Amino acid sequence: MSDRSERKRDRPWVFRTYSGHSSARASNELYRTNLARGQTGLSVAFDLPTQTGVDSDHPLARGEVGKVGVPIGHVEDMSALFEGIPLDQMNTSMTINSTAAWLLSLYVAAAERSGVDAQKLQGTTQNDIIKEYLSRGTYVFPPEPSMRLISDMVAYTVDAIPKWNPINVCSYHLQEAGATPVQEIAYSFATALAVLDAVKARDDVPDEAIPRVVGRISFFLNSGIRFVEEICKVRAMAELWDQITKERYGVEDPKLRRFRYGVQVNSLGLTEAQPENNVIRIVLETLGVTASKKARCRALQLPAWNEALGLPRPWDQQWSLRIQQILAYETDLLEYADLFDGSFVVEAKTRELLEEARTEMEKVLAMGGVVAAVENAYMKQRLVESQTARSRAIEVGDQIVVGVNRFTEAEPSPLVEGKQSILKVDDAAEREQIERLNAFRNRRNPEEVAAALTNLKDVLSSGGNVMPASIRAAHAGVTTGEWSDALRELFGEYRAPTGVVARQTNGAGPRTQAVRERVRALSEQLGRPLKVLIGKPGLDGHSNGAEQIAVKARDVGMEVVYEGIRLTPAEIVQSARDEGVHVIGLSILSGSHGVLVTDVLALLKDAGLSGLPVVVGGIIPDEDAETLRDAGVSRVYTPKDFDLTRIMGEIVDVVAESSADH
Amino acid sequence: MAEALNLTDDQRPERQAAALKLLDILEREAPFPGAARIGITGAPGAGKSTLLDALVRELRPRGETVAIVAVDPSSQRTGGALLGDRIRLRSGSSDPGVFIRSMAARDRLGGLSDATHAGVTILALVFDRVFIETVGVGQSEADVSRLVDTLVFVANPGTGDVLQFMKAGLLELPDIFLVNKADAGPIAERTVSELESGLSLGERSDAAWTPPVLLTSARDGSGVHQFVEALDAHRRHLQNDDRISQRRGEAARALVIGALQRRYGSFGLQQLGGLASLRSRLAEDPTPSAFTRIARLGAEIEEALRKSD
Repeated sequence: MSDRSERKRDRPWVFRTYSGHSSARASNELYRTNLARGQTGLSVAFDLPTQTGVDSDHPLARGEVGKVGVPIGHVEDMSALFEGIPLDQMNTSMTINSTAAWLLSLYVAAAERSGVDAQKLQGTTQNDIIKEYLSRGTYVFPPEPSMRLISDMVAYTVDAIPKWNPINVCSYHLQEAGATPVQEIAYSFATALAVLDAVKARDDVPDEAIPRVVGRISFFLNSGIRFVEEICKVRAMAELWDQITKERYGVEDPKLRRFRYGVQVNSLGLTEAQPENNVIRIVLETLGVTASKKARCRALQLPAWNEALGLPRPWDQQWSLRIQQILAYETDLLEYADLFDGSFVVEAKTRELLEEARTEMEKVLAMGGVVAAVENAYMKQRLVESQTARSRAIEVGDQIVVGVNRFTEAEPSPLVEGKQSILKVDDAAEREQIERLNAFRNRRNPEEVAAALTNLKDVLSSGGNVMPASIRAAHAGVTTGEWSDALRELFGEYRAPTGVVARQTNGAGPRTQAVRERVRALSEQLGRPLKVLIGKPGLDGHSNGAEQIAVKARDVGMEVVYEGIRLTPAEIVQSARDEGVHVIGLSILSGSHGVLVTDVLALLKDAGLSGLPVVVGGIIPDEDAETLRDAGVSRVYTPKDFDLTRIMGEIVDVVAESSADH
Repeated sequence: MAEALNLTDDQRPERQAAALKLLDILEREAPFPGAARIGITGAPGAGKSTLLDALVRELRPRGETVAIVAVDPSSQRTGGALLGDRIRLRSGSSDPGVFIRSMAARDRLGGLSDATHAGVTILALVFDRVFIETVGVGQSEADVSRLVDTLVFVANPGTGDVLQFMKAGLLELPDIFLVNKADAGPIAERTVSELESGLSLGERSDAAWTPPVLLTSARDGSGVHQFVEALDAHRRHLQNDDRISQRRGEAARALVIGALQRRYGSFGLQQLGGLASLRSRLAEDPTPSAFTRIARLGAEIEEALRKSD
């Protein structure tokens, strides 16, 4: 055995954990603990209000503050988040998109306040708006101005924050939305080219800077359980990126053509059943993006084994960090050259993925690029097709998921005994955050804030770069909501097409026809057609369930008012009254159903509509469903209620009962 | 407000009678000329809803209140309707100065039901401006023009609906043309000149008004301010020489004839001596309420039909 000190080892990737919750202070504590345990970079999870550009006291933020990440409302929150962490030495990844320019500005301002120059900052803003339209739902502005903000950030950072990755083009969420490896490569690369083309077309970026710009583009990948295919996928991506950047942008320096990427290992594929098995899944998925030296990730974040159950505790996150440390430091993985060079099998699969991806990418480019392919729904349709095929394969057992559709007989897991197996966010977090926000607003200089906002709007409407004006606004004490409102005023707020209007449905079966007949009879009794409002309160962008319900209700003969995502309870109640509907259906998946439904019921009462029946659908635990029914909700539906025809029949019952009461 | 609309929407006979009484009083007592009644029409996807959204944002800061009646087609087969356009009409949803009601066109594709007429009558009492948004090119222009003082056509450049519109001989109806330039600069410019040359050829009943052709972008809100100015200019034009009384009078007569035709067919109209005779009767009739006239004439037709049995 050779002497350990003689062995040359590669430097490991950056170890991160995607985390943040409740408040800047609580998250700072968590970050410091994680760093002390050997984490080498940070990955910030922001809450939905921060991601969608509203302040913590905005009506839409109710119930969402500090839930899925940390609330950052202004520069002092950002300073508190990184207190005691030297920003010139830290590598920070931020999962932030429509408000990315603002959060980066707050980060720069916080660094400058602690005496660190922006030149020294290292890290990544996710900043990929295309996948927000396709799958994640936290978009705010229309595609055109959103692409402009991204291009502004790329143009600005290339000199001012040269070690920053201004965009992390995401194939991650494409995989979650159902993409095959070929689609992941094709659509993420087409997105990257749209950004690069936009930057290249700018007057303020000289041609000689383009290779450096190309060198700053990084990617964010998912790694699934088919780890051999994943190895081939990342190798194909590295090779294709090298080719494209040379052909399209004439980048000569091979270093600037390197495919650089970070990874969050697949969370959505983790199972609720036999959750301890998830640890093994995570290890195998990690191999997919670390095994091949040529295409190894630069940064890695692993989910926790119990993420399908709820928010992981610090101990759960520590366990995942240990997986990374064992792989990097205990095993001999980092001692070898690329393990797969010369493998016929890997080479053939890599070649196949690369060729097919190039063809699909060129198809999107020929359509006019990703923005066109979002607006004409081409990519969304391809993803839905793949997703449908995948779920069907699991349903019929063609694709085995251990503990779910095979080998379901098991001992009870000792890991999930007792109530403390997940983390619960303190309900006081929202109130405290709003108190801090108000105190901050009172402390700042209102003239400076107003001047900074005017300057921001002037710069944006005259075509200037968003970044310097935003950094000034950050220093002046502008809040996340104020910054976003200034941009909303100029750009408008995007309402993505729901696709429900165009969606065709197949011929009706006898059960549907029976419900249709009941709707017709009840409408006659009511004097006008049964009218239903489908509302999606809160900030959660997952609208699939609401859309399916809306289409089905139309098909059984109801008049359906569907208004898309992100509504306040007040907007829903006003619509219900103005529209004169007979019943309201609410869909809430972010877990904030308690607060939002209670608000809707209270406002209905205020509006003199307490007799208007309300049904609710969402991820709603049994005890919560009980509480909702006690509060006056007529019916509660959860994902296990997949029979839409039955739901429609029950809605007819609910309306019939309520009209009989009056 | 919403309750009144629920009532006029109700098809049960006893409710219909109550609704008619209400509408009759409202139409008699309404101040003249009262709210500006504006129709917005155009093909699906022309950007009507987004434009209305921008309009609301332009008008609300001036203190004007706005009501919108959005008419969507309903399925002939199931009667169901997805009032989906509402999705892009959000800017005023929690503002009491904005009222939005979607209605399914229950009578025929693209057409307007009596409930729409009733809705406009009620909303015009309370709001400063009442907009009626309808989908489709063709029949709906003629229908909407009977309910409004100003008809606006929104053209989507490069889709062929402009040409279809001109071919259908509908150029004389709208008072203002908007070309949505969001998608394409040069194509939008070309559409403007096509419309302008089309307009210069045709004749209009109101020769004193030349319909402006405006470029707007629903996406970035440009041109919306000019659009509001054009709406106001047309309203001033109507108020000069009391053109508005004449226009509303004509519109009301057309509404009565349309409603009677829809209910009783041409055979029914013959009971009143045919179309021409009905027209001259209406021209002399001083009753201000269209609803009352529909009810009275309807009763007359039914009486005549009973006798002929």
